[in-house]
Amino acid sequence: MDFQTFLQQFVNALSLGSLYALIAIGYTMVYGILRLINFAHGDIFMVGGYLAFYGLSTFLLPWWLAVIMAIAVTTIFGVGLERVAYRPLRDSPRISIMISAIGASFLIENLAIVLFDARPKAFHVPEFLARNFILDGVHIASVSLVIPVVTAVILAFLLWMVHRTRVGMAMRAVSTDIEASRLMAIDVNQIVSITFAIGSALAAIGGILWALKYPRLEPLMGIMPGLKCFIAAVIGGIGSIGGAVLGGLLLGIIELMTVAFLPELTGYKDAFAFVLLIVVLLVKPTGLLGKNQGEKV
Amino acid sequence: MNTSLSKKQPMSRDSILTLGAAVVGLVLLFIFDGMFDPFTMQIFKLCAINIILALSLNLINGFTGLFSLGHAGFMAVGAYTCAILTMSPEQKEVNYVLVPIVPWLANVQLPFVPALLIGGLFAGFIGWFLGVVALRLRDDYLAIATLGFSEIIRVLLTNAQSVTNGSLGLKGLPRFTTMWWAWGAAVLITLFLVLLIKSSYGRAFKSIRDNEIAAESMGIDVFGMKVMSFTISSFLAGIAGGLLAHYLTTIDPKQFIFLKTFDILLIVVLGGVGSITGSVVAAIVVTVAMEALRFLDGPLNLGFMITTGVPGLRMVFFSALLMIVVIYRQQGLMGKSEFSWEALSRIGLLPRRASSAKGGK
Repeated sequence: MDFQTFLQQFVNALSLGSLYALIAIGYTMVYGILRLINFAHGDIFMVGGYLAFYGLSTFLLPWWLAVIMAIAVTTIFGVGLERVAYRPLRDSPRISIMISAIGASFLIENLAIVLFDARPKAFHVPEFLARNFILDGVHIASVSLVIPVVTAVILAFLLWMVHRTRVGMAMRAVSTDIEASRLMAIDVNQIVSITFAIGSALAAIGGILWALKYPRLEPLMGIMPGLKCFIAAVIGGIGSIGGAVLGGLLLGIIELMTVAFLPELTGYKDAFAFVLLIVVLLVKPTGLLGKNQGEKV
Repeated sequence: MNTSLSKKQPMSRDSILTLGAAVVGLVLLFIFDGMFDPFTMQIFKLCAINIILALSLNLINGFTGLFSLGHAGFMAVGAYTCAILTMSPEQKEVNYVLVPIVPWLANVQLPFVPALLIGGLFAGFIGWFLGVVALRLRDDYLAIATLGFSEIIRVLLTNAQSVTNGSLGLKGLPRFTTMWWAWGAAVLITLFLVLLIKSSYGRAFKSIRDNEIAAESMGIDVFGMKVMSFTISSFLAGIAGGLLAHYLTTIDPKQFIFLKTFDILLIVVLGGVGSITGSVVAAIVVTVAMEALRFLDGPLNLGFMITTGVPGLRMVFFSALLMIVVIYRQQGLMGKSEFSWEALSRIGLLPRRASSAKGGK
């Protein structure tokens, strides 16, 4: 493999990794606050992609309006989902709330099959994003440039929000101890809703970027990216935003680089993430940047 | 409870009832076998397979309290092992068109029962291995690790073309899963689980579910018991997989995507997490309902309008049902309680027994 091919693969890996990172942040924030694997996150991601598609193709909105509408509606959807499916179970055993999450994901997928049709749809990529740059023999799609930039901006914003604002402080408090933060007069429900809003908005952005990168929409398209991004969040250390980004980038790079260097492993591509997950869980269950939380008796 | 049956005592009322129910069941099976048309028969057999699947998932999720989502993988292992072992050499040659089968498997052919058992044992072995590796994890981490493991199995099955025929799948398997095999296995496994849950092992499983730390301080080998429960559960899933393979006569890796685990989870949750009776009843009800509600996917007459067919509406119904049960009735149909003749007389369906009127023991 020459340097040029390496560079090409690295550019691809960076953009895929940033996309993983973007979705992983949503997982990590929800898990940090509620200790819940939001299985439906991948499906919210799918809904975001579809809404943008309908905005563009059916309602013929300009692309920026379609994107904003899709993000807004998906956000409302995510917050509503928490209200309906997770809030009534907040004090139930963790298994119940997880089954509820699985059920929600199941329901959204099946509803999507009914409402959006099971046949794949082609996503129309706006002209200015469909262009390719050729830099020193390396092909760079515009989307591949946009994704890392979007992720970096969002990461900076979230880090600022979580560490510098009152809402962020409340979030950190709730993630440390829900009961204690209630006693400190923090409106836990509101904080949870805000977290879900942010997570769903990120999922929507991720879904739209995904549709730009792979312009093909299916009702079940959220499952695999959803699982992989959760794994990315675990690898980075669940609950830590920086960790999610690190995990996402690592996963993207490992996935594409392994295939690039060992093409005979291409068929096993989808298994890398899971193998990585099991290894990380066994060696360092808290992930790369996670904090160790002792078992409470 | 009045279970001390000395030899000279006449049979207790409960034993007579149980025996009677068994005879009635057997006669019913015999009648069904002759009466049902092939389509009804297929659904009837599927009920039995789903009972085994639901019970095996319930053993680990409901009785041992370990949230595992890896069942599709264990089923796949059982199904593929059993299928490859029972296929005749000629059939293998027909199936493996792209890549020939590895020589050491090409001429193996076993009867159904040994193949089924080997499939189950192999799935159990894989389960044991995963258990030893992953059962140090808890709750959601365990769930996601087992889910990942089942996906790894699926990817391996898709890619190990010289062994499993990859994504082409295996076609034309002999239709070994007759009604007697399916229901025989289901009844045997149900009995086995009832006895297991009542044994000291079963009590150990339940104590781990209820409070792991307390169980450990009572001297229970928590890790060993978890691994054992996990192994038994994967063994049973493997058996169900083998039965399923010879029921469908065609298998391919896509059938064993982890969504299959969710289907079984639906049955377990509806029936009641931690109830054998619940799993059995829910498996039958859900399997029959899945077929009965097929009309939802076709054109519907709502009285004021006729909709065009909406494929997928049936699954919306089931997933919505799952959500409603989890949110409003977490204990499902049966909660943790089990069927007993005692309970029937308590709700007045049977006359009260003399001994219980006297005051229990």
